[in-house]
Amino acid sequence: MAAKLANSLAEIKDGTTTERTSDRELLITRTFKCPAHLVFKAWTTPELLKRWWAPESFGIKLVGCEVDARTGGRYRFLFDVPGQTEPFAFFGKYLEVTPPERLVWTNEEGDDGSVTTLTLVEKDGKTHLVLRDLYPSKDALDAALASESTGAYPEQFVQLDLVLASAE
Amino acid sequence: MVQYQSQFDAPFAALSDATRRGVLEQLVQSDASITQLADRFGMTLTGMKKHVSVLEHAGLVATRKVGRVRTCRLGPRTLADEAAWIERYRQLWANRFNALDTIVEELIEQENADGRETRK
Repeated sequence: MAAKLANSLAEIKDGTTTERTSDRELLITRTFKCPAHLVFKAWTTPELLKRWWAPESFGIKLVGCEVDARTGGRYRFLFDVPGQTEPFAFFGKYLEVTPPERLVWTNEEGDDGSVTTLTLVEKDGKTHLVLRDLYPSKDALDAALASESTGAYPEQFVQLDLVLASAE
Repeated sequence: MVQYQSQFDAPFAALSDATRRGVLEQLVQSDASITQLADRFGMTLTGMKKHVSVLEHAGLVATRKVGRVRTCRLGPRTLADEAAWIERYRQLWANRFNALDTIVEELIEQENADGRETRK
């Protein structure tokens, strides 16, 4: 209960909401004060991605960013994590690229990776963003949630690092 | 002296051992019997039973015996903090989006500047 309340208060403060909408899905929302094509551009341009996907406050750097933003094209992000000799690689394929409203990609760095769908809806000069992270099964999402305590999934490991670094 | 026992003592103690952390990583991938885990970590059955029992006590592993085989899977505690995990996940995205705000502001200015250029 306390965690849920804290979550709601934080959502009001910075406008980003997160919810587990089903056994297999996590949903994130946010509104941006700009047209959709600019958010889409920031999401598909390596030079821009490098500046916001891992902002400086995270303490880790996005050192490599290859993006072939076409349906069937691939992406590859490389993160430099302090204390790790090898960079972490995150990669996958774009299943759908429809500027400026829809981007769908796979996350292939681990088994049972999710498929992420970005939807942008523009209204009155503002853009409502919805991000859906759909896992292949309930077990896969549960494992992703549980893995934080075991560090088994590099992506969650990095996410935890990111959050801890940004909380400092 | 008053002994303060935190609800986190058992899981922390359970996670202090490399083999037990390895067992959890294994169970994230798939459920396994104690025999399979003992083989995987090159241990005796008795040794692995002790590790599993520590993990079970901490709520990190749940076991179920069917016939002569005891199967281990991730326990309730690893899933109990879902709300806390989701909040950290939200913070990750909130931080990204705050940085993205700065980028789109620049892009808006750039578009406005380009617009002025073309009108000249």
